[in-house]
Amino acid sequence: MYKPNQTDRKYSKQHEWALDNQDGTITMGISDYAQDQLTDIVFVELPEIGRKVSQFDPLAVIESVKSVSDIYSPVSGTVIDVNKSLEDQPELINQDAFGEGWIVKIKMEDPSELNALMDAAAYDDFLKSDGH
Amino acid sequence: MKQTPLYERHAALGAKFTDFGGWNMPVQYTNVIEEHLATRHGAGLFDICHMGEMEVMGKRAFDFLQRIMSRNLEGQANGQIKLCVMTNEQGGIIDDLTVYKLDDGYYMVVTNAGTREKDVEWLRVKKNELGFDDVQITDISDITGKIDLQGPKAQDILQRLLPDDLNALRFYYAVRTVILNTPVIVSRSGYTGEDGFEIYASADRMGDLWDLILKTGAPEGIKPVGLGARDTLRLEAGMMLYGHEMDETVTPFEVVYGRLVDLNKDFIGCDALRKQKEAGITRSLAGFEMLERGIARAGYKIWKDDREVGAVTSGTYSPTFGKAIGMAAIPIECTPDGTEIQIEIRGGKFRAKVTTLPFYKRKK
Repeated sequence: MYKPNQTDRKYSKQHEWALDNQDGTITMGISDYAQDQLTDIVFVELPEIGRKVSQFDPLAVIESVKSVSDIYSPVSGTVIDVNKSLEDQPELINQDAFGEGWIVKIKMEDPSELNALMDAAAYDDFLKSDGH
Repeated sequence: MKQTPLYERHAALGAKFTDFGGWNMPVQYTNVIEEHLATRHGAGLFDICHMGEMEVMGKRAFDFLQRIMSRNLEGQANGQIKLCVMTNEQGGIIDDLTVYKLDDGYYMVVTNAGTREKDVEWLRVKKNELGFDDVQITDISDITGKIDLQGPKAQDILQRLLPDDLNALRFYYAVRTVILNTPVIVSRSGYTGEDGFEIYASADRMGDLWDLILKTGAPEGIKPVGLGARDTLRLEAGMMLYGHEMDETVTPFEVVYGRLVDLNKDFIGCDALRKQKEAGITRSLAGFEMLERGIARAGYKIWKDDREVGAVTSGTYSPTFGKAIGMAAIPIECTPDGTEIQIEIRGGKFRAKVTTLPFYKRKK
């Protein structure tokens, strides 16, 4: 069973979360539901700092023993930081998807894009409705 | 999709499922790494009911199988198993199978899940073509179940359920016996690189046998293991998987099955294989490990300097060694131990090193 979805952040249909840092940047990662589905994460390919991305474009790659999954950017903007700890400890995402397992920080181009994402309650409903 | 007799049990255990050769099979119950290590260090139980079984019977069953299999089956003792390949006229591999000699004139041939129908058809057609009308081929897959008990604790667990002394059962030998009042065939064999057993019985008895073995093995920490860990275990052990390392476009000499070919006897494909051997083998299967970060997956391109030389046939993260490993079909000049190659991963080229198979060998 996965941990409750945190109410301080927004969620995408591809199971990424975005936490508004209130300074024009967001921190993003994947939901605990997503890590529970992927199970044993053994490799994370991080983007380069300075890379420009559009909302819902591929941003990073997560590999479990069995599968390769693209991770999408919840907003448009510029990559300003990546979680280097994941290079040696990709399992941090399994252990703490909403905290220590964060993946990328992005400087937003258009903060109103956050409105296109779901809040925790809507994401809860999404997980239930989607036959999850 | 087809389901094995154990489907409900897997679902109750919370397994995730995947389509494997048209079967809805458990890929993992908890996670692949945990199940992999449980098998390496204790015991794992696998539902292998999806694989195919045929009986080949008759006075001339041996002569028939000699013409079908590239390996020489002469001298196979009653109870002994031989790993075999079956080739077409061009020498391409139709399947790799295990041939159980249960008695004189009585064999059980075990096929891969996805090749069962094809294999049965091949045997029936060749039986007629080659004039073995008296040999009887019976597809018993639907009424036969199979579970594998693998790992260093497998014998301790199974011994508590059997009247026979398992110390007397040698590697790649089978015994017909009884568990839970059910006639079974038990062989010391498997697909993990560990000591262990394959257990065959009537499909309708699988549920009870599965439950009994899991209960009996609880003190040893036995775990049900899905196809995810079955794949990482066999890959570490350097064992090939039909459809990945081989198919009908590949000959036994181009993978590591040359030892299963006897060119001094007459079998389907022997002419083509003799010619290939004379002309020289140009491609072969090799193991590799990644020297840089990244995991090579089946189908990824392989480069030697600036030349594309082949493709990854199987690749994964190795739970035992904590690094990415794989197998690849490459030119023979690239196969010596230590040769550096590059694997193309998402557009970038990453360094890897050819290594001798297997990656993992258990301590005896």
